[in-house]
Amino acid sequence: MARIFRPKVVTANALVEGDVIYLTEDDSWSRDLAQAEVLTDEAHAQLRLLEAAARSDEAVGVYLADVTLSPTGPQPTHFRETFRDTGPSNYPHGKQADL
Amino acid sequence: MYRYTDFDAGFVAERNRQFRQQVERRLDGSLTEEEFKPLRLMNGLYLQLHAYMLRVAIPYGTLNGRQMRALADIADRWDKGYGHFTTRQNIQFNWPKLSNVPDMLDALADVQMHAIQTSGNTIRNVTADHFAGAAADEIADPRPVAELIRQWSTDHPEFQFLPRKFKIAVTGSPNDRAVTRAHDIGLRMVRRGADHGFEVIVGGGLGRTPLIGKVIREFLPEADLLPYLEAIVSVWNLLGRRDNKYKSRIKITVHEHGLDDIRARVEARFAELRATFSGIDQALFTEIKTTFASPTFQAKDTTPFDQAYATDPVFWAWADSNLAPHRAPGYAIAQISLKAHGATPGDASSDQMRVMADIAECFGHDELRISHEQNVVLPHVHKSDLPRVHALLRQHGLATANIGQISDIIACPGMDYCALATARSIPIAQQIATRFDDLKLEHDIGELKIKISGCINACGHHHVGHIGILGLDRAGVENYQITLGGDHTESAAIGDRTGPGFSADEIIPAIERLVAAYLEIRSDPEERFLDTYRRVGMAPFKAALYQADGRAHAA
Repeated sequence: MARIFRPKVVTANALVEGDVIYLTEDDSWSRDLAQAEVLTDEAHAQLRLLEAAARSDEAVGVYLADVTLSPTGPQPTHFRETFRDTGPSNYPHGKQADL
Repeated sequence: MYRYTDFDAGFVAERNRQFRQQVERRLDGSLTEEEFKPLRLMNGLYLQLHAYMLRVAIPYGTLNGRQMRALADIADRWDKGYGHFTTRQNIQFNWPKLSNVPDMLDALADVQMHAIQTSGNTIRNVTADHFAGAAADEIADPRPVAELIRQWSTDHPEFQFLPRKFKIAVTGSPNDRAVTRAHDIGLRMVRRGADHGFEVIVGGGLGRTPLIGKVIREFLPEADLLPYLEAIVSVWNLLGRRDNKYKSRIKITVHEHGLDDIRARVEARFAELRATFSGIDQALFTEIKTTFASPTFQAKDTTPFDQAYATDPVFWAWADSNLAPHRAPGYAIAQISLKAHGATPGDASSDQMRVMADIAECFGHDELRISHEQNVVLPHVHKSDLPRVHALLRQHGLATANIGQISDIIACPGMDYCALATARSIPIAQQIATRFDDLKLEHDIGELKIKISGCINACGHHHVGHIGILGLDRAGVENYQITLGGDHTESAAIGDRTGPGFSADEIIPAIERLVAAYLEIRSDPEERFLDTYRRVGMAPFKAALYQADGRAHAA
């Protein structure tokens, strides 16, 4: 049976700040997962990943992360991605500090 | 304390100058990440989950007030106002920007500190007993040895591309506080009659394949140290597996080839190398030793201590748990707990760092130590000053009286920070500490070492915890495995797994059941958890863990 392609976003860490960023549809990087381009087609996802990886003067460690779709935008499926999207649980630092 | 020579200062300045240019070339696009990564790792700079992380070496865990204050300033200026002390006597800054790191390294160099070889496949920061030079049970101060090894290993041309990282620990006391049996090389200073030397232990390590180190040389004369170390590392450099990261550490090489084979190779290589060491290493060693001259201890009346101990229950509790015997009459070693109940193990705010620096300068012969248990040590405090020291610590949340107890937990950063982690460690440590503080059982439980790692790499030393907790990712959910009976001391042992792991919600109650079982079956209040475990074995603890929640079948 063919493997189902699950929705994904392109994510990385910003070169200078090191914080988590997501690729948007208009080819910019956003700190906000809600702004990320959701990729539902495997071939397109691979293409976007390659394009993002080529931007090595902006982003480090580019990869595709699984998401689920919700009315408020993409949501992480794995707890690691949830932490990346919020910040550490011991201090209100990271992305949660800006909310 | 060792002071940088002109050579040392020039070397660090040159490395910082090079790294500043490397960062500039990365930022202007001349270097790719693939090219830059090994360069930043050589200088202690990681990219973690939410930000970069700069790991700064605190060689053999020793620093003075000025250095501690510089760490506080760095935390305020370029980070988020705190630092994290680690199990390898390093401090980590969790939030630096890449563009600021060269300035941070220059600020460190101003106080004779650096981040060189705190990462990468090199010989890492050499660690030592945190009571070095102070402990009543010590044969000799291990720090001059550690400094000699640091100078030999820093930028050693043969050892910049090892099969994997390489960690050395030194103790000068028969009571091992440096976990020497869980290092690639552990050195125990020993005496044979009038002769000074080392018991050399090789092939210990935690991580995926935990192994207790084996004695490769029972007595190595002091003068032969560097050629012998060079022989061990060079034998492993050639033999060590570069095809498989999980089999690359020297513990696997020793395991696969056998200790006798490795010993024969090392001795053969040692015979070649020994002649090439002209004696300059010994001249250097003699010089280094003079820089670690003991402070001038004073004979003072201890009445202020005795009075406070007799009348102030808070001071009395702190003295009982946080003080250790000093070799000089009237003095004590005072441990500052970085494990306030509910706080992040090993974290200190910049204000706390400054207070510790002040106290060290006023009352502690300007010395501080970082322990592998993620606490800070004032190695030389006269007892008469301890009531004032305690009062100052108390004002800044630094007087928690819990050293060696259930809330004095080692925890790695885990998935709250670390890119390698498979689960969180810090919240588990926080919850255990606050839970047992609420129960008011901590002092009754007595000595109990809980150590938590957020992945198999075991930075949190879980294998050698009396209770070890390992956080894993089981099908996308955090899951915590328990081991019992580990021991990090001279009687080192790897803990035994109890059985299936527990979810994040289940792990605190599980630890509570374990401790309740211990309190019920210990022979008397003096029998430590570890002793009870050794006496009765796994069965009653397993029953407490798994029968209560109806999981006996799974055990």
